[in-house]
Amino acid sequence: MKILVCISHVPDTTSKINFADGDTRFDTNGVQFVINPNDEFGLTRAMWFKEKQGAAVTVVNIGGPETEPTLRKALAIGADEAIRVNAQPTDGFFVATQLAKVVQDGGYDLVIAGRESIDYNGGMVPGMLASLTGANFVNTCIGLEIEGSEASAIREIDGGKETVKCSLPLIIGGQKGLVEESDLRIPNMRGIMMARQKKLTVLEPEDLQSRTSVVKFEKPAPKGEVKLVSPDNLDELIRMLHNEAKVI
Amino acid sequence: MSILIYTESEEGKLKKTAFEIASYARALAGQTGDTVTAVAVNVDNTSELGNYGVDKVLKVSDEKLSRFNARAYADVIKQAAEKEGAKMVIISSSANDKYLAPILAVNLQAGYASNVVALPESTDPFRVKRTAFTNKAFNITEISTDVKLIGLSKNSFGLKEAEGSASEEAFAPSLDDKDFAVRTESVDKTTGKVTIADAEIVVSGGRGLKGPENWGMIEELADVLGAATACSKPVSDMGWRPHSEHVGQTGKPVAANLYVAVGISGAIQHLAGINASKVKVVINSDPEAPFFKAADYGVVGDAFEVVPALVEKLKEFKAQNS
Repeated sequence: MKILVCISHVPDTTSKINFADGDTRFDTNGVQFVINPNDEFGLTRAMWFKEKQGAAVTVVNIGGPETEPTLRKALAIGADEAIRVNAQPTDGFFVATQLAKVVQDGGYDLVIAGRESIDYNGGMVPGMLASLTGANFVNTCIGLEIEGSEASAIREIDGGKETVKCSLPLIIGGQKGLVEESDLRIPNMRGIMMARQKKLTVLEPEDLQSRTSVVKFEKPAPKGEVKLVSPDNLDELIRMLHNEAKVI
Repeated sequence: MSILIYTESEEGKLKKTAFEIASYARALAGQTGDTVTAVAVNVDNTSELGNYGVDKVLKVSDEKLSRFNARAYADVIKQAAEKEGAKMVIISSSANDKYLAPILAVNLQAGYASNVVALPESTDPFRVKRTAFTNKAFNITEISTDVKLIGLSKNSFGLKEAEGSASEEAFAPSLDDKDFAVRTESVDKTTGKVTIADAEIVVSGGRGLKGPENWGMIEELADVLGAATACSKPVSDMGWRPHSEHVGQTGKPVAANLYVAVGISGAIQHLAGINASKVKVVINSDPEAPFFKAADYGVVGDAFEVVPALVEKLKEFKAQNS
């Protein structure tokens, strides 16, 4: 089985979000970049398929050279090789189209991408990729088993979950639950050394027009002071929630 | 021309978000001079849509669509959009709508903006505000394609009643067997309990509750408020509560009217996930807990005393106001 794991290079979850150039650009100053958490759950599940079922795992990212440390980290965790499509990821459709080319050329049986990146939260790349390639698609996936060319997946739905079956090739929009948080791996020294020797192919992008663009960023309006209520005066809290906030 | 909305339903009844996107589409139609057409799948009674400004409802009735299937539903909406010549298609941000949206976007060759929180700033060029960085910021996104797809964030626009009634028309899209290649084997859904996705009020517990055995009072508080229960990441990581209750950046997003956090310190990742909620109440014994800076109302006190007392007072309040 050939697996492709799509890796988004995103600011660490603890990052303070600031913008530069008249709020037109994310300010990367002092920001640490990591593998998108939703992608990392998928990568870890892919490692399981590699170890238990002999799958070959490639990781891919659409981005400039600055994203290579993130790909090297994925290699250090255990992916066999990496591909970087050398382009700025301008929108979800652009990224999905670049990935579709990689998927078609590589003949992957299973593609795992995070359900969304934690920076742009578009939530569209896995579904668009499935549409562009014609592969089956399961989003918000929290459990995945493969036997031969058949997949059984658990999908999180509002208020519960459902079990679905389909054949490969399959595209997964993954998230926590594909593996547990405690299953995530920190690369060890041997992994890091080996990652340096692994193949990282740089491809040039397909020429393509984005369909959406970010014109400007905004930060939320500053929050007013919290209104503190004494534990002995909970009637006042209820009164304010009822009369002032009008939420109960 | 028409703005097309897909009005989601559950067990044959329209969901509240259906009326919210109808309200949004009506307001947008007021700017552009369009009409509003809804497409509904296996819903018996759609008359209420007229009260939110829908002009026409395309009613799809098909046994094959009795269970949600992203490709098939995307196909239905695409055919409805083409039939109506719709240049704007509006859907909600439910799990199912987010599943079908990217498929629909590719099929309609539409630019897609998800998590939209307001009417367009301008319609030419078409620019809308959406959340980004998991609610830590917004961005203004320009959609440059002829057909535009908008996923509206829950509770971001609200319900706006309008005068009028909607005409109805049976609509029978042609479905391809290939749409059903992903087969649903079983659905496991809690019934009779408010879900985090649909809840107006969410009561959430953190590590400050000291152990899973203490969740009774969280459930009682949720019961009296008609709320869903949720928890912070450490609580789900320790197995005190199921993962499905984990809210935050890597868990479920919460966009409730009221979010009550008990014993949650307010890590930046947690705040990101719940930030879209309108009013936040924090109960915590530590006055330095960062969550107080993000809260609207706060009680500095021992949760084991405050929560049971609050439950009693809310019961009295509900008795007086019902």
